[in-house]
Amino acid sequence: MIPTLAVEVGWGTTLALKTLIVLGLVPFGALVLGYTFLLKMMSHMQSRLGPMDPGGFHGWYQLIGDGLKFIQKEDVMPAKADRRVFALAPAVVVVSTFLVFVVLPAGPELVVSDLDVGVFYALAVSSLSVVGVLMAGWASANKFALLGALRAAAQLIAYELPLLLAVVGVVIQADSMSLQGIVSAQANGEIFGIGLIGNPFILTQFVGFALFLVAAQAELTQAPFDMPVAESELVAGYMVEYTGFRFLFFFIGEFGTAFAFSALAATLFLGGWAVPGLDNEGLSTVIGPAVLFAKLMAVAFLMFWVRFTYPRLREDQLQTLAWKYLIPIGLANILVTGALKVWI
Amino acid sequence: MSARAGDVEIAPEDLRHLADAQLNVELDTGDMVLNLGPQHPATHGTLRLVVRLDGERVIAADPVIGYMHRGYEKLTEFRTYPQVTTLINRIDWLSSFANEVPFIWGAEQLMEIEAPPRAVHIRTILTELSRIATFLLFLGEMGLQVGALTPPFLGFRDREHVLNLIEAATGGRFHPNFNRIGGLKDDLPWGWIGETRDTMRIVFDACNTLEDLLMGNEIFELRTRSIGIIPGELGAGYGVSGSNLRASGVDWDLRRDGTPYLAYPELDFKVWTHSDGDSYARYWVRLQETRESARMVIQLLDQLPSGPIMAKVPRIIKVPEGEVWTETENPLGQMGYYIFSKGATGPFRTKIRSASFSNVSILPWLLRGVYVPDVITILASLYFILGDIDR
Amino acid sequence: MARMKLPGLVGGLGVTFKNMLKGAVTVQYPHEKEDPPTRARGVIALKEENCTVCMLCARQCPDWCIYIEGHKEKRPPRREGGRERTVSVLDRFDIDYALCMYCGICVEVCPFDALFWSPDFEYSEANIADLLHDKAKLGEWMETVPEPEPLEEGAE
Repeated sequence: MIPTLAVEVGWGTTLALKTLIVLGLVPFGALVLGYTFLLKMMSHMQSRLGPMDPGGFHGWYQLIGDGLKFIQKEDVMPAKADRRVFALAPAVVVVSTFLVFVVLPAGPELVVSDLDVGVFYALAVSSLSVVGVLMAGWASANKFALLGALRAAAQLIAYELPLLLAVVGVVIQADSMSLQGIVSAQANGEIFGIGLIGNPFILTQFVGFALFLVAAQAELTQAPFDMPVAESELVAGYMVEYTGFRFLFFFIGEFGTAFAFSALAATLFLGGWAVPGLDNEGLSTVIGPAVLFAKLMAVAFLMFWVRFTYPRLREDQLQTLAWKYLIPIGLANILVTGALKVWI
Repeated sequence: MSARAGDVEIAPEDLRHLADAQLNVELDTGDMVLNLGPQHPATHGTLRLVVRLDGERVIAADPVIGYMHRGYEKLTEFRTYPQVTTLINRIDWLSSFANEVPFIWGAEQLMEIEAPPRAVHIRTILTELSRIATFLLFLGEMGLQVGALTPPFLGFRDREHVLNLIEAATGGRFHPNFNRIGGLKDDLPWGWIGETRDTMRIVFDACNTLEDLLMGNEIFELRTRSIGIIPGELGAGYGVSGSNLRASGVDWDLRRDGTPYLAYPELDFKVWTHSDGDSYARYWVRLQETRESARMVIQLLDQLPSGPIMAKVPRIIKVPEGEVWTETENPLGQMGYYIFSKGATGPFRTKIRSASFSNVSILPWLLRGVYVPDVITILASLYFILGDIDR
Repeated sequence: MARMKLPGLVGGLGVTFKNMLKGAVTVQYPHEKEDPPTRARGVIALKEENCTVCMLCARQCPDWCIYIEGHKEKRPPRREGGRERTVSVLDRFDIDYALCMYCGICVEVCPFDALFWSPDFEYSEANIADLLHDKAKLGEWMETVPEPEPLEEGAE
């Protein structure tokens, strides 16, 4: 039990501090991912530069400026919209993002609450966004929005299962559902007797990693699974009637969830905040967040790289992929993992 | 054992059939009418497509055109031939040089003037360059409609080089306004031929990149194969022309099969066809045609004769009385002009047969029973320009 | 396709990755500028001393965006005992660039070479009425008119 802070604080202050950190972390994560990948990486893949002027140095201020711009916009609601549901929908989506961060560890003690069922909780809570999406689509009183919301609901529900099945393999290998337990299992494990790089589960659970990435891509409604927000067809799908601050919420929700899923993938498969071989807990507390950040940026790079390259799958092709291919593969993965766990 | 349904006793053997009947009842949802456009990212302009949907399937589709009607045929009645040439650039604004060619050819036929061989060759080069420009845009933009974000940028980036060439020769990137009755306005600037050869190399690279990025992509194939199949005869019956028809297996190209025009009789080129007739085939045919156009440009540059650029024409051009019909293989399809002249400085009446108008007419037949995302793919693969539909 | 050895999905990723490393083609206007070609139709410049108020450009413009007014003046005869000459003096020569189609017919038909093309394109205004430029402004643009470039081989 290492004290993270220099002073002793009661549980109320700790809780308040942790809440503030999470509240700040989600927009920060969304900003960083949005700027690096959406604005800069995508631009360079398309032979252009992206924002260069705002803030002087390669336009780092662009998204912050965008956020401020959105905040001061007029609050427009369609006349026939269901007012309360319309207003609540972005909040539901964003809240589910914030809740995932409760279990993500960034250091030996740097976690809001290390639940024993951490992974289970994270996946369960991230699926709440489906409700928000449906609320948004229905309350918008717009046929395009409705189409988008229905597509999204079907897609998000379909891809919950491969996501879960991919993670079950990790849980079997780590003997624990708590994220801190999974991190330490990877840091302290060994492959073939060599303990140099620990046992990052990506090596043994590569099928699970691939499944997780594909399912996460679909959960975030990113190409090739972005039918719900197919820009050239539905013009932002369920978000089409949202402007200003409410749209900002959706945006933060989308990129915040990308941040969360990348962090989750980094924790489950790449070893999280731990640097294997580094036992000094004080040092781990300091460099843990940086290590986690680097790993999650690598995962996010993969996700966004795929997003900017592939066309989108049609809705029924999407569903076929999930139900007929990904779920059987996930089940087979669990079978093999379980069998190997028992015999080895 | 028996059951009761209201007052009626149902025998056990009938119960089984009833149960089956219940399972076969489909959920009866009402139809939804969706308005795609006139403001919509997928409709290339102001095309309004009123579709009646059942869930995600289209039951009926009805294109509503005319949102961009500019009254071209009426405009030509009150303008002189050079002024009309300026205006008709803007019918199909992506391949604008190709729009001027049939009109000027028709006027030259009425005046019985022949443009000198150098002018004819340069006209052909510029026509093929505009074909490359518009097809590069198509190759990129169809990727966008299918969902890939990167191809349109690559298409636009490489198209810039072709547009710079056209600008260097004519002064205008999009609206060259370079044809005159009897030849061309100016000759080529120094160094243009070398630049064009370099640009054609860039065009070949661009085609290879887009082929690797899109055509080899399994997701792209899933989205475009067997989508929007146009049977060859039906397409020809509706008036579909150009690459759309060639992708359905009909081997018809006005550059080779129609009345000989420009420098095409002296060129050695292949007409690409594909037997499938689906969206993938249309993309494939246009990709091959881009490469073929680049090869044609290189051939033309090798064969470029020297000489004057303009035939002897009077200062004030009055086209003699008569009627003429000209048709050419434009990038979008078959474009034709019917010029009726009464001996004045401008045409008395011009009828413009634009390719996209007929290409779009097949939409009600083609869109029955497809999914909404497939509607977008089909619209993208047919490749129409609103200015061409509405004039 | 014979050229693709890897499955298409992987090949596509390779294309975007290579593109990312190749660098951007953006020209950061207004910090960097590209020069348009010599013949680019940017703006029309007027050489007032050549203009004889023949009105050909105004008549041939498809949009009728050129407004010309002039009057006739008497000038002293060139030689002793000759007749008095009448010359046309240009009062007003306005081109409405909000209407101009940049077709170039006016430049082409002018028999006295008073109109020239210039590749200058940076003359946008905040108010559309300010796009009506008078002969003083059109004369200023004469300085940006480039020399006609040499033609390709084989031209006459």
